[in-house]
Amino acid sequence: MIDDEEVSYRLRVNGADHDVPGAWLGESLLYVLRERLGMPGSKNACEQGECGSCSVLVDGRLVCACLVLGAAAVDRSIVTVEGLTDESDALSLVQRAFVDAGAVQCGFCTPGLVMTVHDLLERPKAASEFELREAISGNLCRCTGYGRIMDAIERAFAEADGQRP
Amino acid sequence: MSVTVARSLDEALETLARVPQSMVLAGGTDAMVEINFGHRRPQHVVAVDRIPELNEWRSDGSTLRIGAGVTYAALEAAPFERLVTALAHAARTVGSPQIRNAGTLGGNVAMASPAGDTLPVLAALDASIELHRVGEVRVVPWHEFFVGPKKTTRRDDELVVAILVPVRRGPQAFLKVGTRNAMVIAVASVCLVIDLDERTVRCGLGAVGPVPLRAPAAEAWVADQLVWTDDHVRPRDPALSREFGRRVGEAARPIDDHRGTAAFRRHAISVCAARALGRAFDGGLQGGKP
Repeated sequence: MIDDEEVSYRLRVNGADHDVPGAWLGESLLYVLRERLGMPGSKNACEQGECGSCSVLVDGRLVCACLVLGAAAVDRSIVTVEGLTDESDALSLVQRAFVDAGAVQCGFCTPGLVMTVHDLLERPKAASEFELREAISGNLCRCTGYGRIMDAIERAFAEADGQRP
Repeated sequence: MSVTVARSLDEALETLARVPQSMVLAGGTDAMVEINFGHRRPQHVVAVDRIPELNEWRSDGSTLRIGAGVTYAALEAAPFERLVTALAHAARTVGSPQIRNAGTLGGNVAMASPAGDTLPVLAALDASIELHRVGEVRVVPWHEFFVGPKKTTRRDDELVVAILVPVRRGPQAFLKVGTRNAMVIAVASVCLVIDLDERTVRCGLGAVGPVPLRAPAAEAWVADQLVWTDDHVRPRDPALSREFGRRVGEAARPIDDHRGTAAFRRHAISVCAARALGRAFDGGLQGGKP
């Protein structure tokens, strides 16, 4: 059992262990990432799983970080948008596709969408545009109308297919 | 506040026995919203998402026992798509991929929101809820479990461990009405199940009453209007579906709220029930196959 009197718990984020000191145990993983661990890539908007801008991978599953209790994510492998690139800060394949397609306007939804598309690339390719749209239905964008985001997804798939042996 | 990340069923039950007011945290898709918005400030949380028994399922051919921790994402796919088609279809309408990756069947049941998407399916199939506490297991039929909006007969020290779902051979459908396709809470939902062995028509209604409802009068009436064979069913009168919908609407007990009016809900549930039945006749529905 973890309680507030204890100093901290530990989360494994982007391959590294991070102590979470002095946290109230009701904090969401999103709050912990942004306010305790200094990783503001996951965006905070709705805090109720509606917008998808805080999408992260927890043990390989795409979820909303705002709906994960930080203290209950101990011993899980958490990947955030900060973890998609290496030290060189080169863009990932998906990030490059978003830039090339002009799929970023205000940019607020972008980290969540990038996480969703990274997750999509790990799975068997969705057969139709309808399925791709369903796959991104948990990520709200209020700027683009999704046209260029769909374009970016097509580019990402094409690029990933090219890299496969 | 304190948090227990339960690694076994026993650990979860012992924690609930010791601190019965604990908030049970499964997928977090409802519970975390309550915490984030300050609607609940639990003294203790028991996280149950790492209990192996809760993530298992098995079928003996007639009953499917689905662990409470099985996610909507899992329910969308095989074997549930084949065994309990309507449940798979209902799961696919929940939230978004992110929500379906986290949210669980047991959470939907324990939360008992009138708009819970799986609840009309469990009602139509006549499912039961398996509850455990230290030293006791009991199985409660769905209609004795749901007693009001977000109210169930689960005791504070009990955990929903599994849902027992009869496997029924025949067409199944789930239809849901909301303001858009994705990320929407039901304004009205219908589950239609035709059981070719029992020769019954079963209709569960969601979001049109304080608890999931059935439409027993409409069900009995329509079963008498059908021509039954071993693996098919057809109506004597083609106008049957519309009248069935009207009768199903009479079983609804809707209210006006911010998502819709009672009148609209009754209308929507009638249209959905009629469509579901029509699709069953057209052969446009997949069936539960044991």
